[in-house]
Amino acid sequence: MKKKESFFKLITQKPWEPSQVKLDNLHTGETLTLSKGKLGLRFIMIVSTIFFCLFIVTYADRMFFPDWEKMPEPSLLWINTILLLVTSIVFINAQIASKNKDFIKVKKRFLIIGFLSFTFLLGQIFVWNQLINLGYFMATNPANAYFYLFTTLHGLHLMGGLIYWNMTLKKVLKPREVMVEKTQQAVELCAIYWHFLFIVWLVLFGLMLLS
Amino acid sequence: MVADNFDEVVDRGESVPELEVAPQDLYHAKSFWTRWIFSQDAKVIGIQYSMTAIAIGLVAMVLSWLMRLQLGFPELFSFLGPAEYYQFVTMHGMIMVIYLLTALFLGGFGNFLIPLMVGSRDMVFPYVNMVSFWVYFLAVLILVSSFFVPGGPTGAGWTLYPPQAITQGTPGSGAGIVLMLISLSVFVVGFTMGGLNYVITILQARTRGMTLMRMPLTVWGIFTATVLALFAFPALIVSCIMMTLDSLLGTSFFMPTIYELGEKLSYGGGSPILFQHLFWFFGHPEVYIVALPAFGIVSDLISVHARKNIFGYRMMVWAIVFIGALSFIVWAHHMYVSGMNPWFGFFFATTTLIIAVPTAIKVYNWVLTLWRGNIKLTLPMLFSLAFIVTFVNGGITGLFLGNVIVDVPLSDTYFVVAHFHMVMGIAPVLVVFGAIYHWFPLITGRFLHEGMGRFHFWVSFLGSYAIYFPMHYLGFIGVPRRYYEMYNSEFIPTSAVGLNQFITIAALTVGFAQIVFLYNIITSAKFGKKAGKNPWQACSLEWQTPDVPPTHGNFGKELPVVYRWAYDFSVPGARDDYIPQNVAPSEVPEAKAEKT
Repeated sequence: MKKKESFFKLITQKPWEPSQVKLDNLHTGETLTLSKGKLGLRFIMIVSTIFFCLFIVTYADRMFFPDWEKMPEPSLLWINTILLLVTSIVFINAQIASKNKDFIKVKKRFLIIGFLSFTFLLGQIFVWNQLINLGYFMATNPANAYFYLFTTLHGLHLMGGLIYWNMTLKKVLKPREVMVEKTQQAVELCAIYWHFLFIVWLVLFGLMLLS
Repeated sequence: MVADNFDEVVDRGESVPELEVAPQDLYHAKSFWTRWIFSQDAKVIGIQYSMTAIAIGLVAMVLSWLMRLQLGFPELFSFLGPAEYYQFVTMHGMIMVIYLLTALFLGGFGNFLIPLMVGSRDMVFPYVNMVSFWVYFLAVLILVSSFFVPGGPTGAGWTLYPPQAITQGTPGSGAGIVLMLISLSVFVVGFTMGGLNYVITILQARTRGMTLMRMPLTVWGIFTATVLALFAFPALIVSCIMMTLDSLLGTSFFMPTIYELGEKLSYGGGSPILFQHLFWFFGHPEVYIVALPAFGIVSDLISVHARKNIFGYRMMVWAIVFIGALSFIVWAHHMYVSGMNPWFGFFFATTTLIIAVPTAIKVYNWVLTLWRGNIKLTLPMLFSLAFIVTFVNGGITGLFLGNVIVDVPLSDTYFVVAHFHMVMGIAPVLVVFGAIYHWFPLITGRFLHEGMGRFHFWVSFLGSYAIYFPMHYLGFIGVPRRYYEMYNSEFIPTSAVGLNQFITIAALTVGFAQIVFLYNIITSAKFGKKAGKNPWQACSLEWQTPDVPPTHGNFGKELPVVYRWAYDFSVPGARDDYIPQNVAPSEVPEAKAEKT
């Protein structure tokens, strides 16, 4: 079993003590048990979380100004939210299939995920269209500006995810024996990122609904 | 993480068992383009980053000469109007802080040194690393393009405060500011790609035996600075995105109700102070993003060139981490005059002054490392000594400005200019120079010319003091910063005029020394004295590569195994006064002690 050490414990080690030297000489050079890919994704999610949190802080600051006027919530937004939920569920399904090395099923799920994701993006554009037709322009009110900003940024994150989805799909379409582990990890990373974006959307949508 | 069977091994004694280390996938370049242009080798990427950063830094240096000519001799030169002056001030500041220092320390030194120092063949995501450089390059191009658009680059000051940054009357309030905001956003995207590599390589791709607490302090400095940057840069990109929308689409995130040339604009209700908070939430950690790598590098230079282990290694690591953490809760000390609640100011003054504690620990430890060391006054050591003095100088004026009551009268005076140039301009740049003199033999296999180097050092060091010491005085007598010219201003005494002329001459002289330095780099790369392997007799891994300069994959057939920290200098009983990190205890049985 590999031993985990907390960061605090690591930086309080005394590397000059003979007992520590013995342990240090056996160190593999890895700090965490996570794979590099998973760790990379976690960092991306942390940076994105800070990014969205800062927007939310400015939102919370701005919404108390007297010129704030709440926007309507088109019903299509709810449908889009359900689309994201379904995508996440399909991803869970794909992950299970990937673990069982059933790549034919994974391929099907991935195509569904792609379809749902593109439909979500189209759906968001339809929502924009509806709101613009109703006269809710970006510069009309800060609430509108935040709505367009949040949906754009979330959409851009999703589009970034679709690039990785595309790369993973290529691996899934031509599964090679030597690549099984890599493909499984790619599917897992894709799924984690989609779940993350679903949660981000829930927070942003909830914030816009409640304020 | 330690090996699975470590308990048994420890019980058995000191023998180190074989351990399978998975080979790292390396991309092998097949053409000139993939080897030198779109290279995935971190060393080449590091040099690309450095060359681009130095090139754009030279532009910023020339801008500073022009500004100084205007300030020193306003009646002699007429090529600079007020608009150009503001534009040059803005571009000089932004380029120096972001595009030169951040890119050079993290992109340049980070890329070149991290894999070599931790014993890795390359960064963990080489392709992403390559893209990171080209995105940075694109950011620089966008920035430079703003010189050529109608209205020129932005002249809003490097802090880009709204509403003035995007309203008419401020130079470059049209395309200039938008290009600046886009360039910064692109920079952040590029940096995030690189930063991801630096952090994960350090955490997960070290060689066997290289624990975190055996890493050289250079790696600790770059690691912590990168983590800060990954957490702080989102604030910059958020403020850039929102201000771009304010500028282009007429939103009012930061724009209050405002009249421009007597006409009410469509903006209303936005908060300029909100921008200031976002900007400084990035801006203050940015100081440490530049300073922490400098702290780390200078620790290594002092230790190697004083032939003594670094004093208080653990304290040095803790101080780096502690300073990094504190840097996120001090940002509003840049905003004391923004009308904030006095209790708010009290809080930020307290946190600001607390930073002096870990920083002082570092200074004491550098000095104590020198104490009774076998100090060699090589060029890297000279620059390191100059850094300590300069950093203490700049740090002490920081104590003045950290206190609200002292800061308020000194705000927007030359005292502030002198303070931040000393502490985050000159001090880190001295480390950059020291580092270049130190690692140039590793990069090229040759030394830089000693005579030119000493000329460069003394002129830069003394010249910097000739520039910035008088500025403290100018600040005390109330000379405001950002003034295009100061003649005929009754509140500015005539002594300021003479001093400004003196400062200008000093600045141009220092500038000349940098040209000599560049000439030295170019000629020494080809004709310099050959350095051979490990010319400074350092212990860290980057000097233990089989080839000098290190080739693709860094360490030849097998990765080194680390048995000790990076500071085993002058170990009692040992034949040499240094024991490299990859030398096993059995190879130096005569060494009696290996401790701090």
